[in-house]
Amino acid sequence: MSGPRLDIAIAGKRFDFLPEPLLERFELMVEPSSVVALVGPSGVGKSTLLRMVGGIDRLFSGNISVDGTPAAAAPPAGFVFQDARLLPWLTANDNIRAVRPQTTEAEAIEMLGRVGLSGFEHYFPHELSGGMQRRVALARAFSVNPRLLLLDEPFVSLDRTLVREMEEVLFGLIAASRPTVLLVTHLPEDAAMLADRAIVLSGRPARIAADYRFDIPRGQRSREQREAIANQIAASVGTGEHQLP
Amino acid sequence: MLAAWQILAMLFPSRLFPTPIDVGAHVWTLATTGKLLPDLGKTLTRAVIAFVIAMALGTAIGIGLGRSRVADRLFSAWVVVGLNVPAIVIAIVLYIWLGLTEFALILAVVLNKLPLVIATIREGVRSFDPAYDDLGRAFRMPFLRQLRLIAVPQLMPFVLAAARTGLSLIWKIVLVFEVLGSDGGVGFRISVFFQFFDIKGIFAYTTAFILVVFVFEYLILRPLERRVLKWRQPR
Repeated sequence: MSGPRLDIAIAGKRFDFLPEPLLERFELMVEPSSVVALVGPSGVGKSTLLRMVGGIDRLFSGNISVDGTPAAAAPPAGFVFQDARLLPWLTANDNIRAVRPQTTEAEAIEMLGRVGLSGFEHYFPHELSGGMQRRVALARAFSVNPRLLLLDEPFVSLDRTLVREMEEVLFGLIAASRPTVLLVTHLPEDAAMLADRAIVLSGRPARIAADYRFDIPRGQRSREQREAIANQIAASVGTGEHQLP
Repeated sequence: MLAAWQILAMLFPSRLFPTPIDVGAHVWTLATTGKLLPDLGKTLTRAVIAFVIAMALGTAIGIGLGRSRVADRLFSAWVVVGLNVPAIVIAIVLYIWLGLTEFALILAVVLNKLPLVIATIREGVRSFDPAYDDLGRAFRMPFLRQLRLIAVPQLMPFVLAAARTGLSLIWKIVLVFEVLGSDGGVGFRISVFFQFFDIKGIFAYTTAFILVVFVFEYLILRPLERRVLKWRQPR
């Protein structure tokens, strides 16, 4: 299995409350089965871009295609929101099945097992810890579309131990299914940990301030190498200058 | 309470202050040889019909007003009027216009309860979390699935609140309207007892009526509430 290619060509994206467009003449191609991090300061338009790719926000001019199909008509992506966004009246199992009725009970249980939540199928969200809820959200996203994952700050408001735990889970899922992943984060260290490529966004309208491709495969990077990558990205986020690795 | 009532009634014996044991015995007599059961049946039928109509109509209108600002601006003043017009006025006007009919009685009850349901459901719809709409859009959930899995569960606590407050209101006003004009029912019979100062009869009917209310509360409403809201975090 491999992930789809994403072609993003946005002519313009505006919000009424902003004097300038958030995105204008913005183009980006994401290779199949690559993990691309979108990094940048708050409000630059990372999450909006992700919502547009996911077909949640369709009010823009331009085209976004998933393997050649317009994003809004393509199969839904596995979307992970900034919060777990589980339906509190459904159990973990039912939360997974709610968004994709074709998922059988056995498949949902198997998916929960893959994120380390065997035995928690019939727990309601309030009976799970914050980290466990995020893992259910990840399982839900993966069950909807294991080929394309859109992650919107999936580690925000988790402590670093839980972040490492989530990253381990993600590593496993990515290695098994080789999806295309678009990861929005404001933390360069998340990008250094998970991504093959990091796009730094800055300014308004947002532009690509830096585009880094990392030679050392994720999972094989030493702590020092991750720090070096994170520092490199952080420098771009800070200055907004284009730098090559 | 019952023991205190029994003792006081024994200390101050009077036709106007029967003991609970007398009242209990009278309930049995009226149920077996009197008209208690048909009267209860009539009142219950009226209450249930009015309740179902008011809940269905009120929920639909409440959703409409909660979703549409224009509709809310147009009709919210009428909801306020409906909430505050005395129940008895509506009943009298309808009895004058439509005569002392079953239809007029049930319509009066519906019109009295409707604004309360509308206002409660409207607030419920306004409190919907828009984040769940994003969830539905992100995963392309069909409309009916979103309605069933996202909208209805968010609305259920408000529907149950409207049902509970509405039911208590309906019990009271059905009886008042039966007193005002009907050919039977608990309210009608109590008004007859009132004319004879038959306190024992009034207490017997009231006791039977309260028993019915308890059955609704403990055998229907509470189990339903437990089932529907079992996902809620215990506080």
